[in-house]
Amino acid sequence: MTHENGIDLALMDEVFQKYSQQKGALIPILQNAQDIYGFLPQEALQLIADKMGVSIGKVYGVATFYAQFYLEKRGRHILKLCDGTACHVKGTPLLVTALGDGYHIQPGETTEDGDLTIEIVYCLGSCALAPVTILDDQVMGRMRPEMMVRKVQKHIKDAQKAAGA
Amino acid sequence: MGNELLEKYVLFRHRDVEDIHKIDGYTANDGYTALKKALETMKPEDVTNVVKNAGLRGRGGAGFPAGVKWSFIPKDIFPKYIVVNADESEPGTFKDREIMTYNPHQLIEGIIMCAYAVGAETAYIYGRGEFRTLFLGRLQEAVDEAYAKGFLGKNILGSDFSMDLYLHLGAGAYICGEETALLNSLEGLMGQPRSRPPFPAVEGLYAKPTVINNVETLTNVPPIVANGADWYHQFGTERSPGTKIFSLSGRVNKPGNYELPLGTPIRYLIEECGGGVIDGKAVKGILPAGASSAIVGPEALDVTMDYEAMAAAGTMLGSASFIIMDETVDAVWAAEKNVKFFKHESCGKCSPCREGSFWLTSVYRKLREGRGSKKDVEMLETIINQMEGNCFCLLGEFTVPGVRTSLALFRDEYEALARNGDEMAQPDHNLVLAEQMLNSQSKV
Repeated sequence: MTHENGIDLALMDEVFQKYSQQKGALIPILQNAQDIYGFLPQEALQLIADKMGVSIGKVYGVATFYAQFYLEKRGRHILKLCDGTACHVKGTPLLVTALGDGYHIQPGETTEDGDLTIEIVYCLGSCALAPVTILDDQVMGRMRPEMMVRKVQKHIKDAQKAAGA
Repeated sequence: MGNELLEKYVLFRHRDVEDIHKIDGYTANDGYTALKKALETMKPEDVTNVVKNAGLRGRGGAGFPAGVKWSFIPKDIFPKYIVVNADESEPGTFKDREIMTYNPHQLIEGIIMCAYAVGAETAYIYGRGEFRTLFLGRLQEAVDEAYAKGFLGKNILGSDFSMDLYLHLGAGAYICGEETALLNSLEGLMGQPRSRPPFPAVEGLYAKPTVINNVETLTNVPPIVANGADWYHQFGTERSPGTKIFSLSGRVNKPGNYELPLGTPIRYLIEECGGGVIDGKAVKGILPAGASSAIVGPEALDVTMDYEAMAAAGTMLGSASFIIMDETVDAVWAAEKNVKFFKHESCGKCSPCREGSFWLTSVYRKLREGRGSKKDVEMLETIINQMEGNCFCLLGEFTVPGVRTSLALFRDEYEALARNGDEMAQPDHNLVLAEQMLNSQSKV
């Protein structure tokens, strides 16, 4: 059962099976849905509401409340920049400026080619490594602007090569 | 082994003992012997009493005595729950992450003993969404190992006591560190705080009696039960006994976690542990409890780090996340940063916090862009006066001390910025409106 915009809702069956017995499982279900689709498509939210017997309003409320749920499609690579107090003092604004210069995007935006999304997050709990960035799942601490831009370029290039090969 | 002030680590035992994150490494080094002692020789209330006599205070920030909290749990209502607050989100705090990554079994043992003491059969560890890798990996492995060895599950160590432990991940909301918001989030709701009373000890998770303790608090329990309350009192001060993990960050040479006895002076943490300020600069401000702190100046360097002395110095120990600002840091910039954080994280439930943090951010932006005037500096004070004591939960209240102390300590920097604005004299329409609104409110 593939929805017209390419969302395969059948992928959710396993998730519902896993959490059918658990009280208050809405958040883990949303997390699993996001792992599957990369974001939370409208169709999936409706399905979750129906299956859990709650209103779409409640599901939408929870999905929009938490910072780590996304209702829109994001870039192929995600760069998170920590701007908690310690990282801010150690220079995260310089990193944001460098990305603005290099990729012409601001936090929350995705490059036109869909390669990179950058996000500001508040405190990753690694303040001793300030300023901290996370590129996909790779943590990069004590980051400097030039070094970060180089690493991002290399990461995107490597991924393109791997996909091409 | 240990450091200059501690012969052996109490909480960071992984820094003394190799392989302690594995169950074999932990049991080979007295791991789970305290649990054995508790189950075989102690009644549940004995465990609570030892913790009470040890004077262990909650390490999440409030410093409430843990044993006293446990004794509030009613005996005749079932089921009861233990919720471990691992939503370590205060900017500058990174101690629980180290415990859960490198010494997870000591935490798990503490959780089991807490459950035994209050008669709970289900415990949850609620971690922030950012702990995903840790929760799906290493911590889950530790829980699985504990189940496999019979420390969790049915009839633990052959006793009548059974319990289950689940890991639960949040999805990115600072407010979920507030205990009642955490409970809502655990139930699958928006993480907004609940009104108290009823307190969680009476009506917590699913309206049942619930103990909520911080990770570090429960990690203290096994050594206390193993060695007794008197042993614990050899560390720290009379009213703040024990050791504490201090997270040091900001403009210092060696940021990191340092376990020290409570009552150690701030100067020792910065100079001996942290290797002093970068480039030998002078300390300008210290945030002892992350973004929520009242800022103290360099004159506080000789204050001792315990709950009482920090309160007497006009700030708080909180979760002991010391962020150090040196003389190169722009105080207004740093304060704006904190205010923006609270604006972003305000859950939107109550207006003093939601609107207050919004207006603070606007005024700070105006000042920092050089469009502000003296009246705007006064406006900051007006706003925090209206927020203080009027917010639904502590998130809103914690926005206030940083701004208030920043204004008091670094007034000249605010006024220097305001002078620029006076020359430009551009009234901001929105702020004029807000001022009128606030004035009319305060008359009522």
